[in-house]
Amino acid sequence: MSETTLGGIMGGIAGRMPKFIRRADPAVLTAFACIIILLLLGSLYSRSFLSPEYLLQQLKVASFLGVIATGMMLVILLGQIDLSVPWSVAAGAMMACAAAAYGPVGVALAIPFGVLCGVAIGIVNGIGVAYLRIPSMIITLATNAVAQGLMVVYTGGFSPQDSATAAMRYLATGFTIPGVPNAVIIWALIGAAMVFALTRTSFGRAVYGIGNRERAAYLSGIDTRRIVMIAFAVSGGLSAFGGVLLAGYASKAAQSMGDAYLLPSIAAVVLGGTSILGGRGSYLGTVAGVILITLLQSILSVMQMPEAGRQIIYGVVIVAMLLLYGRAPASR
Amino acid sequence: MDGAAPLFRMEGISKRYGGVRALEKADLTVTAGSIHAILGENGAGKSTLIKVMAGVVAPDEGAMSLDGREVTFASPAAANQAGIVCIFQELSLIPELSVADNIVISDPPKRFGMIDRKAQRRIAEEALARAGASDIHPRALVKDLPLSRRQMVEIAKALARKPRILILDEATSALTAADVAKVFAVLKRLRSEGLALLYISHRMNEIAELADHCTVFRNGRNVASYPAGSKSDNEVVELMIGREYSHIFPPKPVGASAATPVLEARNLSWADRLDNISLSVRAGEVVGLGGLDGQGQRELLLAFFGVLRGLRGEVLIDGKPVSIASPTAASHGRVGMALIPEDRKTEGLMLPMTVRENLSFAALDRLSKAGIIDRAAEQRLIDDMVGLLAIKTAGLDIPVGALSGGNQQKVVIAKWLMRQPRIILLNDPTRGIDVGTKQELYQLMRKLADAGAAILFYSTDYDELIGCCDRVLVLYDGAIKRELVGEGITEHALIATALNIHGDDRRTGLGGKA
Amino acid sequence: MKDWRYWLAEERGTLLAFGIFIVMFAIYSANHPAGFTANVVQTAANKGVLLAFVAMAQTLVVITAGIDLSVGMIFTLTNCMASWLVVGTGLETVFGVLAVLGTGLICGAVNGAIVIYGRLQPIVATIATGAVFFGLALLLRPVPGGSVNEDLADFLTGRFFGVVPASLLALLVIVLIVWVPFSRSELGRAAYAAGSSETAAYMSGVPIRRGKFLAYTLAGLLAAIGGLFLTFFTYTGEAAYASGNAYTLFSIAAVVLGGVSLFGGKGSAIGAIFGALAFRTIGDLLFVFDFDPLWQPLFQGVILLIAVSLGAFALFRVRNRLEWFL
Repeated sequence: MSETTLGGIMGGIAGRMPKFIRRADPAVLTAFACIIILLLLGSLYSRSFLSPEYLLQQLKVASFLGVIATGMMLVILLGQIDLSVPWSVAAGAMMACAAAAYGPVGVALAIPFGVLCGVAIGIVNGIGVAYLRIPSMIITLATNAVAQGLMVVYTGGFSPQDSATAAMRYLATGFTIPGVPNAVIIWALIGAAMVFALTRTSFGRAVYGIGNRERAAYLSGIDTRRIVMIAFAVSGGLSAFGGVLLAGYASKAAQSMGDAYLLPSIAAVVLGGTSILGGRGSYLGTVAGVILITLLQSILSVMQMPEAGRQIIYGVVIVAMLLLYGRAPASR
Repeated sequence: MDGAAPLFRMEGISKRYGGVRALEKADLTVTAGSIHAILGENGAGKSTLIKVMAGVVAPDEGAMSLDGREVTFASPAAANQAGIVCIFQELSLIPELSVADNIVISDPPKRFGMIDRKAQRRIAEEALARAGASDIHPRALVKDLPLSRRQMVEIAKALARKPRILILDEATSALTAADVAKVFAVLKRLRSEGLALLYISHRMNEIAELADHCTVFRNGRNVASYPAGSKSDNEVVELMIGREYSHIFPPKPVGASAATPVLEARNLSWADRLDNISLSVRAGEVVGLGGLDGQGQRELLLAFFGVLRGLRGEVLIDGKPVSIASPTAASHGRVGMALIPEDRKTEGLMLPMTVRENLSFAALDRLSKAGIIDRAAEQRLIDDMVGLLAIKTAGLDIPVGALSGGNQQKVVIAKWLMRQPRIILLNDPTRGIDVGTKQELYQLMRKLADAGAAILFYSTDYDELIGCCDRVLVLYDGAIKRELVGEGITEHALIATALNIHGDDRRTGLGGKA
Repeated sequence: MKDWRYWLAEERGTLLAFGIFIVMFAIYSANHPAGFTANVVQTAANKGVLLAFVAMAQTLVVITAGIDLSVGMIFTLTNCMASWLVVGTGLETVFGVLAVLGTGLICGAVNGAIVIYGRLQPIVATIATGAVFFGLALLLRPVPGGSVNEDLADFLTGRFFGVVPASLLALLVIVLIVWVPFSRSELGRAAYAAGSSETAAYMSGVPIRRGKFLAYTLAGLLAAIGGLFLTFFTYTGEAAYASGNAYTLFSIAAVVLGGVSLFGGKGSAIGAIFGALAFRTIGDLLFVFDFDPLWQPLFQGVILLIAVSLGAFALFRVRNRLEWFL
């Protein structure tokens, strides 16, 4: 269970707490504490906040963000960022729907095709960051623009098929296990795979190593460029898969569907205690961050907070949390 | 100048870094209108001394006085205010700005609140002329200038601050012979204008030509002060020798190893830092790299490890030419090379990661099947290494940054030993670690060599080279100047070759006095 | 003697951007159905000037080796604000303009404070503040609407002497009163120095923090001027998320085209202005060649991708691979 790299050093206060808590990152604990506070606040507002139906519904909504944030986390652990999320999401959704127009084969390959489109975007990002050493925020913004352009041309040029396939709808809204939405199961599976990759594989170790000190990782004989490349490809693929699920959830793909996921995915990762400078963070924290963001959104919408207020509260909460946890060292 | 009142005086200055003593009750007296040379081998305390003078570090104890009044400097700016300006080895120029911008950077002339470019240009031209570098255009960008020109800009920048005491730390190391002559003329003129100059150089001929007075540092203390020219080069070398040593070194095997060379270089050159280097290291051999710091030793190790691009010449492994393009290629497969890097905190370790993660980091490919780490195998190998190197840690799952310097260095070495390398390159591995750990590392090095490893060992500590190495190659200006073997590895030989006393081919005209 | 050569070298990026712009604009106007007329120039100028202001804002921050992903949102926020405030009598209008510009300054100062004194990474910090600015814009204009003092608007978007677009003159004035003093001030130089080499700047006693803070603050002001002009052109305020984001993105493209180094320390806002004008013209080229306007976003994206990749060629000159990781 060595998910948190800095888990052990919480100082004297935590000394008497149970081992599980002692080892956890303070940021992760804070995020979970915030979740509980939000739930309590919500329950003051309306009884239904603590009902299993509501919670399960929130978990289902959270799982879309969860899938996307998983990829984002991988990239952030490297000390990079992926700003191509909006159109990777949209491209995944739109391409999956588009593939479905090509007969039964198209329907069958719709989901993999959508995901592959995201992987392709990620690979362009990866080449830019790893081999051309363009700052990740710049190259990912550029590929985001190109992906947008491609999608605009595509939707405008032909009259595209934009309704989700049955498989996509089933993945997003169906139930394989009674009571547990499929989306939640998918998030759990992807999450478990990511935890495994981060903690048990040489790839995961290399990711943390590069995030901490790329120079040292390189001098240790790690093929740092390959790792960075893979991470961006995975991030692109997961964003696109998130888009596929969203399309299934909404029954159709739309151009701007990814816009609402850039800031939340970064925020979820960072609020979960992953250092924006890379090298430090646990998936458990990202889970907490995703749930926190989703609950925050839900409560704001239940309170009928207009979009404006939500954006402001988002931004302020993120800056405030970052000032608490995400600051660079005092002298560099 | 013996009768003149001292301009600046340091008394009983001590400075420690962690447990390491850099300065111990050092004294220095600087007189106006003279050039004062500071001599000493690597780590004698010269650079700490000038950092204290220039306000970069605060001394632990001792007093400084300027014009007879006691002074303390909180920052480099404060020292500048007092008239003490230092030209450091690491350039402090801003690459994307012009020469003129850089010269006036700390206090640009202003008109209506904006920088007065005409006045700036004038100041810059004056300063460049004073530095004897009027050939440098004030509008040129610093990044476009070759290193030697940048050094001249650095000198002009210092002069524009109107110093009373000017400190030059190896200021001529990057200069061409023509520039050196110009700088010397400038320095002599500044002396006649009444400035006090503190001159730190390893080039004995420069000191003979320039200095009025010399002070030799050893072990953080000033051990001798004498008027320039009153001692021969050999006497000076004798003064610099004599660091206190308490190391015990493992016995060396007798007789040269007959094995074929594992690692070989033929005519290796890179940029202007490595010059036609040929060497070979056999299995079971510890070959040292000597010389003053910064003569190309680090670049040579990086070149072998596949880090440098545009390398000319050949590298041979087991007698066969190879082309190593990355540390991955160097460490994996047939080559089996390991590099203990220069800076363990930024190049050797990921400080926030655990001891376990750091130890297995370089050997992940060997410890995993299909990319999945075999945790039992990892644990076994880590236990072996922790035992072999006697790494003292409170556990394997604490951040490696929490360990002492010596134990951190052991982790760096252990992480490479987990790959069982055949060729081990060490880049000054004992710097900043305690004596006990040093002893252990010496023993380990010999043990690894006896087990068949070929070791290339760079150290800034001459005593280590003498105690550990079968052969030592002394570098100067990126080239191997001399090979010392067996009994021939003496401190005198090392220092004399490092200072290149026997013929400095770049500037024979100035001549030494040996 | 050789001064002009150094001047040429210093301004190479700017001149290149200028050259690209002239060539592109020549192709554009030559193929425009209406040809090279005052009307065509005015329309092009009005479109280009908006991006030019935002690109100038981005330049200031990029010079310090930072980035401001909230410029587009400051632009949007000030647009919404102007659609409320820049109305009524002359005096009211003046106060409205001042309030809008003051808001821009505050937005920029907030970014600067968070990045410099709060020590947060510029990317995340400005994405987050961008959300706040957009939220405020939505608060002001949940639906598009509002109005603006049309006399002022028409004056600033019309033509002087029947030929010179007023917006271009306004741009020139802003360059003279904001950019020129900044670039020649001690703090402006500090911003450059900090972007080029923070260590060397520190060792030379340069006021790094104040220089960077000024750069972020003025960036907010310039983005607000852009927002003001957007209001003058459209007569309304609109909290359009996509448009705000596009301006942020295009500002980066313009900055790169204008020869400003994303690694900091190098470049000028003049170059970024020509970069912006060139970028706009390239985008509009599609129209005069009768391409489907649907291709425009893709075309612009590809230009951006190429522009940011160009900087990578310096990489191949690096001879010590460890320098990749600095």
